[in-house]
Amino acid sequence: MDRAQIQSKLVDLLVDELGLERDNITMEAKFEEDLEVDSLGVVELLMALEDNFDVKIPDEEAEKITTVGEAVDIVESKVNA
Amino acid sequence: MPRRRVVVTGLGTVNPLALGVDDFWKRALEGVSGVGRITAFDPSEFSTQIAAEVTDFDPEAYMPKRAWRRMDRSAQFFWAATSQALADAGLEYGEDSEEAHRAGVVLGSGIGGLITTQEEIDVLRQRGPDRVSPLAITKIISNMAAGLVSIDFHLYGPNTCVVTACAASANAIGDATEIIRRGDADVMVAGGTEAGICEFALAGFASARAISRRNDDPATASRPFDADRDGFVMGEGAATLILEDLEHATARGASIYAEVLGYGMSADGYHITLPRPGGGGAARAMERALADADLAPSAIDYINAHGTSTEANDATETAAIKTVFADAAYGTPISSTKSMTGHLLGGAGALESLVCVLAIRDGMVPPTINYSTPDPECDLDYVPNEARAVTVDHAMTNSFGFGGHNAALVFGRF
Repeated sequence: MDRAQIQSKLVDLLVDELGLERDNITMEAKFEEDLEVDSLGVVELLMALEDNFDVKIPDEEAEKITTVGEAVDIVESKVNA
Repeated sequence: MPRRRVVVTGLGTVNPLALGVDDFWKRALEGVSGVGRITAFDPSEFSTQIAAEVTDFDPEAYMPKRAWRRMDRSAQFFWAATSQALADAGLEYGEDSEEAHRAGVVLGSGIGGLITTQEEIDVLRQRGPDRVSPLAITKIISNMAAGLVSIDFHLYGPNTCVVTACAASANAIGDATEIIRRGDADVMVAGGTEAGICEFALAGFASARAISRRNDDPATASRPFDADRDGFVMGEGAATLILEDLEHATARGASIYAEVLGYGMSADGYHITLPRPGGGGAARAMERALADADLAPSAIDYINAHGTSTEANDATETAAIKTVFADAAYGTPISSTKSMTGHLLGGAGALESLVCVLAIRDGMVPPTINYSTPDPECDLDYVPNEARAVTVDHAMTNSFGFGGHNAALVFGRF
C-alpha cells in the first residue's frame, strides 16, 4: 500500500468513523488544536488505524502523533515494514 | 420562610408513540399502541418477541455525528428530550453565564448504556481487551447523559442521576423539586431515559417471567388491569420536564404548565420484584405525596397508574389506591399509559408526569387501551379504551421499582 492510499484511507476513517469534517483535514492539521479531537478521540483513532491497516502501534510511538501527517507516517512505517 | 414553589415550564420527549410532545399527546389521546415485533435485532429465539421501540429516531437531527457517536442510545434520547424541553421553556445558558450556575439536572435511569455494555462485552470476548473502545465506560455509566446535557447546554447547578429501576425518573422529578425548594437552583432539568431493548435485557426479563409473550398480537399485549394481562412490554425513550422556581418563572414571563405540589417516597421492604401484598408501601408513598401537597385524596382528579400489565402490580396498586382513597377510589379516573407506550422503565416516571401535566392543561385523560375483560381484583375506573374529558385540577402519578422503591408525585393546575 503506498502513501497516497494510506493517506486516503486514513482521511476516510477520520470522516466516517470519528465524524470529522473532511474540509478541515490537512496533513498539517493538529488533532487536538485544529480538529478538536480530545485525548480519548486520539486513542480511538489509533485503534481504528490498527484495525483498518492491520498494524500494531505501541503507546510510546502513539504518544508522538500530533498531526494527521504524523499518523500517516506511522501507519506507512508499519504497513510496509 | 415559606417554601419555594416549583412549576413546570417546559416539556420534551422521544418515545414509542412519537418524537415530540404534541405528536405524543395526540396519539396518546387517540389510543395508539407503540408496541410491535422487535426490529432492533432478530427476536425469533426469544420467548418474548415484542417491544415498544422508538421508531425513526435520528440523532443527527439533534447533533453532528462526532457527538452522537460518543453517546449510548439512552443518552441520545435524553439529550433530544432535554433539547426540546429547554427550547419549549425558552431557556438558553451562555457558557460563561452566572445564571448557568443556578440551573441543574437530575436524571433517572434504570440501567444507563445497556446497549453499549452488550456491544463492548462482545468486543472484549471476541476481539480481546485492547479492542474495547476508550469511550466504552463513558457511554455505559448512567449518569453520563446528565453530564452531557450539562456540558452542551451549560448547566452548572446540582447534577445527579437516580437509579431506582422503574421509579427512577419519578424520583428524579421529586429530587429536582426538592433542590429548587431548598434554594440550590432556580431551574432544574428533570427527567428519565431508558434504551434497554437488546438481547440481554430481553432474555433477562423473559427469564424472570416479567414480560408479555403475546407475540401474535403485539399491539394488544400491554393490557394493564385486564384479566388476561401476562406481563409488561419493554419500552424505550426519554422525557424531560423543566422545573422552575415560581418567582424565577414569573419574573421572566415564562409560560407555566402546572405546579409540582407533592412528592412521596417509601420502600416496600418486601421482595426483589413482587410488591408487598396489599400495597402498603405504595399506599404510604401516595399518602406522603398528598401530605406534601397538603391535599386530601378526594382532591385528585386523575391518577396515572404505574399499571405495568403484570399480574402482581395491577392488583396490588388497585388495593393501594383503595387504601388511600377509600370510597373516592371508585370515582377517580385512573389510566395506565403503559398500555400504549410500553414500560419505559427508568424513563416511565418522567413520561407519565408529562402526561399528568398535559391532562391538567387540556382537561383530557388518556385511556388504558386493550381493556376488554375486567379482573375482579381490579374493579376501579381505568378509563377503558377511550380518552375522556375530565377537568383535572390535581393529578397523581405512581411509579414502583424492582427492589420495592415507591414514588408518587402530585401535580396541580397553576
